[in-house]
Amino acid sequence: MNKSQRKKIEKIVEGVLFSSSTVTSITVIFIIIFLFNEGIGLFRSKPIEVGYFMAVNKDNPVKQLSPSDIDLIFNQDITNWSKLGGKNDSIILFTYNNITSYISEDSLGANQEYLPAQMNKFISSTSGVIAFFPESFKPKNLIATVLPIKNVKISEFLMGKNWYPTNQPAAQLGILPLILGTLWVSFGAILIALPLGLATAIYLAEVADKRLRNILKPLIELLAGIPSVVYGFFGLVVIVPLVQKTFGLAVGETALVGSIILGIMALPTIITITEDAILTTPQSQKEASLALGASRWQTMVRVIIPYSKSGIAAAIILGIGRAVGETMAVLMVTGNASVIPHSFLQPVRTIPATIAAELGEAPVGGLHFKALFALGIVLFIITFGINLAVEIIKSRTRRA
Amino acid sequence: MVVAMLFVILFFICIRGIKVINWEFLTTMPKDGMTKGGILPAIIGTFTLMFGSMLFAFPIGVLSGIYTNEYLKESWFKSFLRSMTNNLAGIPSIVFGLFGMALFVNKLHFGDSIIAGSLTLGLLALPVIIRTTEEALKSVDMSLRTGSYALGATKLQTIRRVVLPVAFPNILTGLILSMGRVSGETAPILFTVAAYFLPKLPHSIFDQVMALPYHLYVLTTSGTDIEATRPIAYGTAFVLIMIVLIFNLMANWLRRYFSKKVKMN
Repeated sequence: MNKSQRKKIEKIVEGVLFSSSTVTSITVIFIIIFLFNEGIGLFRSKPIEVGYFMAVNKDNPVKQLSPSDIDLIFNQDITNWSKLGGKNDSIILFTYNNITSYISEDSLGANQEYLPAQMNKFISSTSGVIAFFPESFKPKNLIATVLPIKNVKISEFLMGKNWYPTNQPAAQLGILPLILGTLWVSFGAILIALPLGLATAIYLAEVADKRLRNILKPLIELLAGIPSVVYGFFGLVVIVPLVQKTFGLAVGETALVGSIILGIMALPTIITITEDAILTTPQSQKEASLALGASRWQTMVRVIIPYSKSGIAAAIILGIGRAVGETMAVLMVTGNASVIPHSFLQPVRTIPATIAAELGEAPVGGLHFKALFALGIVLFIITFGINLAVEIIKSRTRRA
Repeated sequence: MVVAMLFVILFFICIRGIKVINWEFLTTMPKDGMTKGGILPAIIGTFTLMFGSMLFAFPIGVLSGIYTNEYLKESWFKSFLRSMTNNLAGIPSIVFGLFGMALFVNKLHFGDSIIAGSLTLGLLALPVIIRTTEEALKSVDMSLRTGSYALGATKLQTIRRVVLPVAFPNILTGLILSMGRVSGETAPILFTVAAYFLPKLPHSIFDQVMALPYHLYVLTTSGTDIEATRPIAYGTAFVLIMIVLIFNLMANWLRRYFSKKVKMN
């Protein structure tokens, strides 16, 4: 092999190496593109099913309804137009399913060929009507106000209090309960894991002798490798009944169990990072403190912990990050009720658990599917922010 | 102590799990709505996914690690690559599942298949492999490299003949650890490969498979008869833990074995 050939090979190899090194970056970019591609579509679609229209009597002053209003109307929680800024007139629901209670089956014709005309007549003559029909039945000369259905708004998505993505006629796509559920469970997990993790880390770094450390460290690493379904399974068969009995609850699947399981799962991360931070405390500082007559405990609280506080902060944030993104264990133990949580003893539903539980049932490309990808974006942004925070803390410590 | 508490969990599952483990449990198909029979397809499925994902992630991960550590100088590009790798590592596994579904299953029309699942899991494991490779390469003494250059070797020769052999055990350890990690992941395979109940073995990379973690999830939450499947659930959890344990021990043992060997040389 001559020199130029060899050089060529070296160049090719370098090219191959370079392209593989870009795979992670490309993946991250692809993930962003795909999530947004599917998720953003949500804000370009309407919360009522494609191919349906909604109309009211043309004398009705109400010309617009929000998705949550529509839901309240069709659940018959609102039964009078005056509540929506209209006249004092009771609301009459008029849909394909209940059409025969207003119009006799005979007058619709054998193949429902007279349905559009009859519908038109009914809507134009009934002042309190709200009609919801497939477009295919829409009369050509409809005498009514067709309600303009606005696209899903980002503010409705983020702040809406109801998550019923498959509701008819209007899907309820508010993710506030999911966001709050995620945060409750995650912060609960940190509240449980932090004291335990900190104590263990200090013990490992400062108190335990070397032999014990050499046994415990790999064991803790092993625990980090246990699959989350196994933790979830354990939570389901042991902690759920325990919590149920202790607090006398009807169901044991609560935010508390989720927090306990996530706390246990976050422990190895917190222990490892905090221990590393503690070990970086210079020996000279410790010795100086001891030489000044401080006890071991005082040295720990006054010297070691302040010195390693940014490492501890990184551990907390990273622990929250893991807890926020954890799917399976949470899905199995938190009960998955999409309500805004008021106490730790309630079932909650987190963002990842929602995606995992519902994506299988959502038709590809539909509203629900898009909404779940939009949830993925929210989750991605939360964890991205958390990672960024960790990076910043780390780079600060390096500079200090 | 905390560690003791954690071990209670392991023991609890192991004690109950080991009762159901026998040869038949490991080598037969599930029967009667998963209330009887074994978990063979799930075991096979998990191993298939493990090797499939590594087939993809290991070469790319190692090459990428070599490039960032040996070729790139400290620059904005290097820190960009590194932060992208870190970001990828921080993305929740369910988001990988969403991505895998959008790209591999729907866009590339792989359908729910071994290849879609393997690629998704491979991407998930990539940052870990890159990081362990980089660490392994960093720990190779600089004097070895300069020595090789002094003998007139090119960069490629140095990497291939000097750096990689020394770093290899640590890289291998990383590989084994990430295989253990991949075996337990559930969220990424939910929508890319996992089958609820499929009592036959896969024939091609476009088949669906059952997998141990998903099987455990199904058994505990949505089985036809949850009480009757409990023993099988314990058994599945036990097998899963054993796989993780064995891979961890293997990694530890390799690390120790090679570090002894290096010292002797």
